[in-house]
Amino acid sequence: MNQMVRKVGPAPARPQPRAAVIAALPIKATPRASRALAALADLAARVIPPALVLALLLLVWELSCARKGASLPPPSRVLADTWELIVDPFFDRGGIDKGLFWHLSASLQRVALGYALAAAVGVALGTLIGQSVWALRGLDPIFQVLRTVPPLAWLPLSLAAFRDGQPSAIFVIFITAIWPIIINTAVGIRNIPQDYRNVAAVLRLNAGEFFTKIMIPSAAPYIFTGLRIGIGLSWLAIVAAEMLIGGVGIGFFIWDAWNSSHISEIILALTYVGSIGFILDRLVALTASIVTRGTAAN
Amino acid sequence: MSYLKIDHVDKTFTRGARQTEVLRDVTVEVEKGQYVSIIGHSGCGKSTLLNIVAGLTQPTRGGVLLENREVNAPGPDRAVVFQNHSLLPWLTVYDNVRLAVDKVFAATKGRRERHAWTLENLDLVQMGHAKDKRPHEISGGMKQRVGLARALAMQPKVLLLDEPFGALDALTRAHLQDSVMAIQQSLGNTVLMITHDVDEAVLLSDRVVMMTNGPGARIGEVLEVAMGRPRKRLELAADPIYIKSRQRLLEFLYARHRTPQLQAAE
Repeated sequence: MNQMVRKVGPAPARPQPRAAVIAALPIKATPRASRALAALADLAARVIPPALVLALLLLVWELSCARKGASLPPPSRVLADTWELIVDPFFDRGGIDKGLFWHLSASLQRVALGYALAAAVGVALGTLIGQSVWALRGLDPIFQVLRTVPPLAWLPLSLAAFRDGQPSAIFVIFITAIWPIIINTAVGIRNIPQDYRNVAAVLRLNAGEFFTKIMIPSAAPYIFTGLRIGIGLSWLAIVAAEMLIGGVGIGFFIWDAWNSSHISEIILALTYVGSIGFILDRLVALTASIVTRGTAAN
Repeated sequence: MSYLKIDHVDKTFTRGARQTEVLRDVTVEVEKGQYVSIIGHSGCGKSTLLNIVAGLTQPTRGGVLLENREVNAPGPDRAVVFQNHSLLPWLTVYDNVRLAVDKVFAATKGRRERHAWTLENLDLVQMGHAKDKRPHEISGGMKQRVGLARALAMQPKVLLLDEPFGALDALTRAHLQDSVMAIQQSLGNTVLMITHDVDEAVLLSDRVVMMTNGPGARIGEVLEVAMGRPRKRLELAADPIYIKSRQRLLEFLYARHRTPQLQAAE
């Protein structure tokens, strides 16, 4: 800076830096401010419309259920009725008289177990029928029939087999989530471009290397599509399964509330079920976008 | 006996009851350090021929001999630069080359040596600066350079080029051709290249093998391009050997073995 000033000469140089500072300040500040403003506007554009619609829906609900003798409680009643459950989700009075946190975590544990099993077995079976024409011919028709069986229809059978509610519920999650994982994995494996197979052949990759270095990364976008559908279905199935098997779990909580005519508690539970389902879906989507960054960008 | 010999190869594809004869009695010999091009109209089966040499396709009859030993399965001794680069999109430029280096030199080079060898080959094709980029972040010509680096890094006995410049614009193509010429000059690689570009074939090759049109394509003519190296693109334009070679290729491709489509158009 000093050198520059000296080169130009003292007389014209002196006002120059001053002018530069004055000019630089607004120029520098403007992009930062406008960027912040733009980000804020962007956020507002995403938050305001759903918030408005939600408020409108709540208002309609409030008005339509406000009259005496309405069969469903208005939102204000729901909030008043369930305030204790909302503020203290961690109480535990033994048996099934627990806070919502415990019910939800019991359900989530079942889903986690059943879903993890479905993911592992589903990717393995999907790889098999994607790779081998004979496995495809043998297994695909069976899968196509079995996958149309509604999740709950498996419950009596699994109860008969396991003689216990817990493993039966996990099995129902497993059998619900596995089909989309198998089918999408198989499609992903079958769609591995011949080019990548040629590269693997020239490099003489062995089966294990081919699986980890070519197959899985190449099929990852498909596999994650299956995993994302699978997590949604598991969460759908767990509530219904728990209604039937009883014990601690959000599904049985809802059924229990219905039996005791606590309609407000059902509504609260539904909001939680919906929010958690949404979060689970987003978690899998996030994992997918991180893992498949390279492939998806192509 | 030559270094690489494609020996009386026939190839017939069978789909159900329908049989399509693609290649008939093709014999090509390549000496060590030679640059040989195979030229023909598209669809004449020249890519099939390259795949047979690479071991990716099995010939119906005949075989491929490399240093007097039959080769019938793919391997890094016949590295291929694919027409559409075939880089793995989830790996960086470096990792694409490193995958090949790790596989080929697992037993003979240590970790550090493999790292250095990967970088050396990327520098050879002037792609060292982009080593951390992913394939979708670099241009088509750059991808092809990385594909070339991957193939060179395997230290193949024969380098197989499957229309490596086909998908590039003219300027990029010229740059890459010059790079390939320089690299082949300094490393002395044996190269078998598939092309449909007359200028490219004459500029790069010591010998050009001309294929007739399919089905049942055969070797039509073989042209020795007896020009010294290094060859300079600009000076060649007036070189009598260059002009004559070019003339012969054009005559073969467009006068005697026009594609059926071209004939139909007249």
